[in-house]
Amino acid sequence: MRTPVFIVAALIVAATVYGLARLAGNDYVFFAGYVILQFVVLATAWNVLGGYCGYVNFGSAAFFALGAYTTVSLVKLPNLAAKYLPEGLASLVAATVPPPIPVLMIVGGLVAGLVGLGTGYLTLRLRGVFFAIATLALAVVLQTLIVNWDYVGGSRGAYVIRPQTLAPAGINYVEYLFVMMLLLSVAALTVARAIERSQLGYGFATIRDDELAAEASGVPTLRLKLVATTISGALMGMAGAPFPYYIGYLEPSSAFGLAYAVNSIAMPMIGGTTSWVGPLLGALLLGTLQQVATVTISSAVSLLLVGLLLVGFVIIAPNGLLGLFGSLRRRMGAARAAGESAKAGAA
Amino acid sequence: MTFPVELFINALIAGILLGGFYAAVTVGVSISFGILDIVNIAHPAFVILGSYIAYIVNQRLGVDPILTALMVLPAFYALGALVYQVYYVSFEKRGQEALRGLAFFFGLLFVTEVTLILVFGVDYRYVQAAYIDQTIRFGAFDLPMRMLIPCVIALLLLASLQLFLTKSYTGRAIMAVAQDQMALQLMAADPIRIKRIAFALSIATTAIAGALLIIIQPVEPSVGREYIGRVFAICVLGGLGSLPGTVIGAMLLGIMESLTATFYGPSWAPAVAFGFLLLTLAFRPAGILGR
Repeated sequence: MRTPVFIVAALIVAATVYGLARLAGNDYVFFAGYVILQFVVLATAWNVLGGYCGYVNFGSAAFFALGAYTTVSLVKLPNLAAKYLPEGLASLVAATVPPPIPVLMIVGGLVAGLVGLGTGYLTLRLRGVFFAIATLALAVVLQTLIVNWDYVGGSRGAYVIRPQTLAPAGINYVEYLFVMMLLLSVAALTVARAIERSQLGYGFATIRDDELAAEASGVPTLRLKLVATTISGALMGMAGAPFPYYIGYLEPSSAFGLAYAVNSIAMPMIGGTTSWVGPLLGALLLGTLQQVATVTISSAVSLLLVGLLLVGFVIIAPNGLLGLFGSLRRRMGAARAAGESAKAGAA
Repeated sequence: MTFPVELFINALIAGILLGGFYAAVTVGVSISFGILDIVNIAHPAFVILGSYIAYIVNQRLGVDPILTALMVLPAFYALGALVYQVYYVSFEKRGQEALRGLAFFFGLLFVTEVTLILVFGVDYRYVQAAYIDQTIRFGAFDLPMRMLIPCVIALLLLASLQLFLTKSYTGRAIMAVAQDQMALQLMAADPIRIKRIAFALSIATTAIAGALLIIIQPVEPSVGREYIGRVFAICVLGGLGSLPGTVIGAMLLGIMESLTATFYGPSWAPAVAFGFLLLTLAFRPAGILGR
């Protein structure tokens, strides 16, 4: 399937999902669905670097929070402008800020992408392990910065008032956020799929399989790794940008929660890392499971479930669900072939 | 404004004592990551586990945390051996340690933390012992026992491990497995067995480090996360796998953190370790005493 065809198909699926969600006639569907879609984006973003290049990023929460806090800092901008800028400029700022959600997503993506590029540049020349450790470090450094930055609320957190409805269309704001996240998921999946089938994707795969050999045969490994980190970071930032509006009250410990890091690793690992389908599958399954477990049991138990599934899957099914399906299909194919040859032999 | 010399020296002392304790937390990672090349990011989770065991025994029976640690040492050793066996069979043997091994340890870290939260909640827990509230004073300078005792125990631990690694047969085999696994095999030693012993040893140290941690500060399940960056910063700073390097790196970090906390406020302290790590990785990845 060519990319434009894929986009149309994905949009049709997205429209169907939205239609079904509306039919449910319950706002909770949008609340829960938003979280699951957010994980689809995060898992897909993680997989661009983790699955395609084989570099583990433990700092998903940091990139996510970067997007969220970019939004907070923009939302707070009018206060700052009123204090320091002349009257005319201040009212101009108040009129344009905060920009609509899609713009916020792009700005958040830019910031997170740049930080991804910087981190990658500092650490990607070393062995992969050091990059993984550095991303862990990045999350804590950023969290400390945010905690000490009063402008965005510091450790007290920041309130972001969510409008009841979207002004011109009059639809529920959470529904609007849901649609935005749905479109972002389509975008993220399209990007991931396009990378997979491009020269870039083959370059990434050579890095994953044998970096030294790739480097020796002229693959510009550092540059490719930087591209992957930037794309991955930017997508995570975009997923985080609408979050303050969704949650209404953002504090550092929730924005930098370990749940984001563990989920964005567990979902691709459980789904399968070699294709864009894996993270999608993992995010849908695990996201839904967590929503159900959070409501019926408790959020701590639902996190424990994710952790146990992650450990279980990497031990027992290293290639995730996709790997399981693949081997199942091969086995059935082999059985059918054996049956046919037996029939042919009998005839 | 005059430079507050007394404050500075007190912060320096506190930093050195803190550094000694950091060395105890890091030594396990120096063995597992530095020598064996196993990226055990779940190490701090085991430390917290050690803290909670010390807490329970102290709470129920009033036993000293360090004594408890010595008693549960064999159990932690066995746990370490078990974890290595799983790791070896599932990842090292298949050559998949890079991506999946990391995810495995990350999952382990997460599962331990969430389980502790489920069992104990997120309240801070602490232990009681006679020496915890005492302080030795030299004029204007303080030596709180709650810091001094962990530091001394930590240095004892490091010294005995260093002796073991350089003098005993098994210890030297552990150092050898880091250099050339094939050659070790040719010398009729089983590298997997040696690695299992070393990894189990690295987990055993967390029993002691955990007890020291809960003497120094109250503990809650997510405290461990702060230590991930610290231990790897120290480990890299000290030049992977060198125990004397570990002590130097730990002291450096302890002093830096203590000075930052004293002069800029404790909320900045976590960033020091991680900033340090990022800079070390960027400019001197081989560490101070690097090979």
